[in-house]
Amino acid sequence: MIAPEKMETVLSLSHGAIDCDVHPALANTDVLLPYLDDYWREMVQIRTVENLDLNSYPPAVPLSGRPDWRPPRGKPGSDLGLLQRDALDAFDVRCAICNTLYGGPYLPNDDFAAALARGINDWIAKEWLDRDRRLRASIVIAPENPELAADEINRVAPDRRFVQVMVLAAGERPLGKRTYWPIYRAAERHGLPIGIHAGSSFRHPPTSLGWGSYYLEDYVAHAQAFQHQLLSLVAEGVFVEFPTLKVVLIESGITWLPAFLWRFDKTWRGIRTETPWVDRPPTQIVRDHVRLTLQPVDEPPEPARFERLIDHIGSEEMLLFSTDYPHWQFEGSDVFPAGLSDQHRRKIMIDNPLQTYPRLLEARQEAVG
Amino acid sequence: MPQRYVVATAGEIPVGGSKAATVAGREIGIFNLGGEYFALLNRCPHEGGPLCKGRRTALFESKRPGTFTSSRPGEILRCPWHGWEFDIRTGRSYCDPDKVRTRAYAVTVEPGRHLVEGPYTAETYSVSVDENYIVVEV
Repeated sequence: MIAPEKMETVLSLSHGAIDCDVHPALANTDVLLPYLDDYWREMVQIRTVENLDLNSYPPAVPLSGRPDWRPPRGKPGSDLGLLQRDALDAFDVRCAICNTLYGGPYLPNDDFAAALARGINDWIAKEWLDRDRRLRASIVIAPENPELAADEINRVAPDRRFVQVMVLAAGERPLGKRTYWPIYRAAERHGLPIGIHAGSSFRHPPTSLGWGSYYLEDYVAHAQAFQHQLLSLVAEGVFVEFPTLKVVLIESGITWLPAFLWRFDKTWRGIRTETPWVDRPPTQIVRDHVRLTLQPVDEPPEPARFERLIDHIGSEEMLLFSTDYPHWQFEGSDVFPAGLSDQHRRKIMIDNPLQTYPRLLEARQEAVG
Repeated sequence: MPQRYVVATAGEIPVGGSKAATVAGREIGIFNLGGEYFALLNRCPHEGGPLCKGRRTALFESKRPGTFTSSRPGEILRCPWHGWEFDIRTGRSYCDPDKVRTRAYAVTVEPGRHLVEGPYTAETYSVSVDENYIVVEV
């Protein structure tokens, strides 16, 4: 809960922002039963798959729910009323994008995974989007069968409240591989960015060295999964094949980006003939096509260093406002790191999200008209 | 005031060939591209690698992932140290053509009878009126 005297500060800081990452939680797989056909309803019931949460964020882990945002019962993020009060109202946002994290779409059974993704999309539309006009959502897909995933994008995309297609940062293969291109083709056709959200289906160890022992290792090393995906998307030429496609890294952290890009550019100079479709420095491609959400921000201890980091990134167009509700990434209303100019903060809150998600712009025009 | 130096006889560098010459204390590479001559400072602007010892390749490009085109055979010089590519005609790099470039020098082919009149420097050449010579302006 935010104390009333603090509420005013919050309002002035993030008024009208677009929250690009909030997490409604599925209480359990049973919630999806009304949205599954007879066969998959039967399968959920007889296979006892009542809980398919992602292993990275078990509900009891402190990170999974800020103490003052946890409901009295159930998973953090499972209650619409609380999300409205603690995320939408408290931060006074114009709208918020719901990213439903659930392991179901990453089941090894392609058809089951696709059925659960369909169920999640119908569930979020009916039980969340229909109940608050400020809410938008990412289309959840089961990406390991890209043809089925593209079908799902095509099925859901006519509902303009869906503004993005979401996949996890670590699946079976690097996301630039041509296997996945049907997903990008469908997304680009509908004007939907691809959101790559932190998380793994654990088909591979979370580090390139093998299995660690602690969540600490998984979480810190996860920045490398995002780096690999960026590498793969650029090197495989996804942005050449799909020139209007945008990718949003969600919960990737941002401080690793400049050093990674310096290394990427430098190495590309010497061996660019291997990937001749990468015909300009990778940094330029990333600046044009890639965006990152703000929270959890891995800011350095001194604000001045954060300013320098922003300078190293070399663009004010790349960061998107997010609270990561209900995950515990900051206290009170301190959603912005110190060291951002007023102008940059406004871009992060409003301009950059509107540029990234064209469907948000449509909704605004309708509202104005 | 640029000086002009005789660096080779016209027949000395075959088509597709090159020669390194030291001119006014600088090492310069002279290249024969289909009968046209070009000269570059033999020093990569990156770390100083000896460019002239690099592999000469075509310009490889692509319009789509998985497709490859090849043009201008032998006109791209790849530094032997880190593989940065340079256009032999201009000295410009592929990676950052405006900022990363090696010095290119004007080259002409002159008949010996002009050269004996001067003002040219033929550091190691005794120039004969009957031959043609490659002259670099440094």
